[in-house]
Amino acid sequence: MKPSALTYHRPESIAAVCDVLARLGHEAKVLAGGQSLIPMLSMRLAAPANLIDINMLPEQDGISIDRHGVTFRALVRHSALLADDDAHQAQPLLRRALQLVAHPTIRNRGTTVGSIVHSDPAAEMPAVLGLLGGTVRAQSQRGIREIAATDFFLGPLECGLAEDEIAVAVTVPRRAPNEGSAIDEIARRHGDYAVAGVAAQVRIVDGVLSTATACYVSAGELGTPMDFTEVLRGVDPADADDSRWNAAGDLARDTIETETDIHASSSYRSQLVAALTARVLHEAARDALRNAAARTQRPDGDAEPRADSGAEPREDSDTEPREDSDTEPRPDSGAVSQSADDSASASNATGRSGTTGGTR
Amino acid sequence: MAGKTTEQTLAELYEETGEQHLAVTLTFNKVPQTILVPSRTLASDAIRHYLRKTGTHVGCEHGVCGACTILLNGEPVRSCLLLAASLHGQDVTTVEGLADPDGTLHPVQQAFVECHGLQCGFCTPGFVTTIAAYLEKNDSPTRAEATEAISGNLCRCTGYQNIKAAVLRAAEIRRERAGLSPLGGDDELAALSLDDKVRGNTAPVGGKGDRT
Ligand SMILES: Cc1cc2nc3c(=O)[nH]c(=O)nc-3n(C[C@H](O)[C@H](O)[C@H](O)COP(=O)(O)OP(=O)(O)OC[C@H]3O[C@@H](n4cnc5c(N)ncnc54)[C@H](O)[C@@H]3O)c2cc1C
Ligand code: FES
Ligand code: FES
Repeated sequence: MKPSALTYHRPESIAAVCDVLARLGHEAKVLAGGQSLIPMLSMRLAAPANLIDINMLPEQDGISIDRHGVTFRALVRHSALLADDDAHQAQPLLRRALQLVAHPTIRNRGTTVGSIVHSDPAAEMPAVLGLLGGTVRAQSQRGIREIAATDFFLGPLECGLAEDEIAVAVTVPRRAPNEGSAIDEIARRHGDYAVAGVAAQVRIVDGVLSTATACYVSAGELGTPMDFTEVLRGVDPADADDSRWNAAGDLARDTIETETDIHASSSYRSQLVAALTARVLHEAARDALRNAAARTQRPDGDAEPRADSGAEPREDSDTEPREDSDTEPRPDSGAVSQSADDSASASNATGRSGTTGGTR
Repeated sequence: MAGKTTEQTLAELYEETGEQHLAVTLTFNKVPQTILVPSRTLASDAIRHYLRKTGTHVGCEHGVCGACTILLNGEPVRSCLLLAASLHGQDVTTVEGLADPDGTLHPVQQAFVECHGLQCGFCTPGFVTTIAAYLEKNDSPTRAEATEAISGNLCRCTGYQNIKAAVLRAAEIRRERAGLSPLGGDDELAALSLDDKVRGNTAPVGGKGDRT
């Protein structure tokens, strides 16, 4: 249970990281939080000759929010992203999902970018990135490129970074005014990897559901969303008794592949997939309703949530320059820009995530 | 060995062993220290074998049990999931560094004594460091929050009820030492503490059937 001999590199700039990667590529591994890599080294599941520790790069630590979404860099710990209120307002699914990632002590060290690069099918954040359609920014001596989530996840523990590339940041889109999301999972012990989990996102138009997608944890294809729009189009989000929620669960059970391992049989996992899919899609739909309602209640805001594609000035303490929401053309949305007060009403989406970071 | 520079020593170690060694300088329990270690050394092993403080225990060595939890710049982390090299330039506190210089036990240590928070004691250093850091952030946890705070640590002697009681008692001791009312402002906590006082600190599990 000890790592094999290795050479440790501690570059002090991103250019120096790229130098080492260009030279050593396949013989080197980037060390971020080490919460997945060090156990692999200790168990000798991995034995790279070189480790490139990126923890000495303070400029790689930072969360920024703009009209496109939330960008977190390579050194942002799970705990920092979880605690960031601005990030939560812009894309609430981040906090909701991070609350399910490991225990606080692990989250203090593990990075969210590292989790995405690690591409573990049992991890929450790859599913979130796939569901939201985020992008990974990769850097090497050859330059910088953006990799869409659809091209990023190649398979279990396999991502689309080239040998000489480091992931410097990940961006997830903002939540649109008519969107809602939710995530839930079943784990044997709170904080453990999920036996099965589902993250879902829906859009509502004129009070009924217009699109619905879900992405799976410990089931299905890593980071690849499944579309439920056909089954659910037109459902009233408030109607818990509509049989189409369960129909969506049935469809998921019949479509999503599950595997047997020491924790659960494939058929048990499939049952969880069905039950969670129905539950989480419905929760995401109710979240979308709350999201829309929170906007109408704003004292200074437009009274009508779908009135226009209006530029609504933010007046919370946020210092980020926010642009008008209509920079993101969504014909079906009638955008009203992100409001600051929705966190209060929307953060209860999964039941488990009602409280703010750190406690549940 | 006198007169040799660190570089020379590291070069010699490389000659002898064929693997890279590093000089790691850190503040360890408030004292500056430098150790020379093979670069693959885990922080937990560096602490036990090079810094010679064996309070930090190693259980699972893959992040699950929490016995090796230390404070890195005040934040609890698993030392088995860190390289010693990553401690360079950092501030590290282990369970040995929590008590006052005059020997006064840290509130969490004192609470473990009073509440019978340990049996074999293997898991204890990890719990103590975790809870000490937790109380810095939340100085009057509820019982539910106390449960959450210890959820990442495993105790094979299954002393969770008493450990949970120790979290609440430690919060009390912190307030006492700060000259505040030990019961605090939190009604629920005050009631629980009073309850504990009346029933004794370590109500046996079987005796708590009607309490949650
Ligand atoms: C006990 C325990 C429980 C856990 N439970 C969960 C859980 O429930 N859900 C969950 O999602 N995760 C869980 N984790 C994993 C945790 O979230 C890790 O933090 C995360 O998977 C990896 O992030 P890291 O920063 O620690 O990456 P590291 O371990 O440092 O790296 C992981 C891999 O990614 C590569 N890498 C990392 N960063 C970069 C980068 N910027 N560019 C290029 N390559 C990079 C590394 O080379 C390595 O191959 C758990 C871990 C432990 C120890
Ligand atoms: S020994 Fe480090 S968590 Fe178990
Ligand atoms: S007291 Fe024995 S493991 Fe916890």
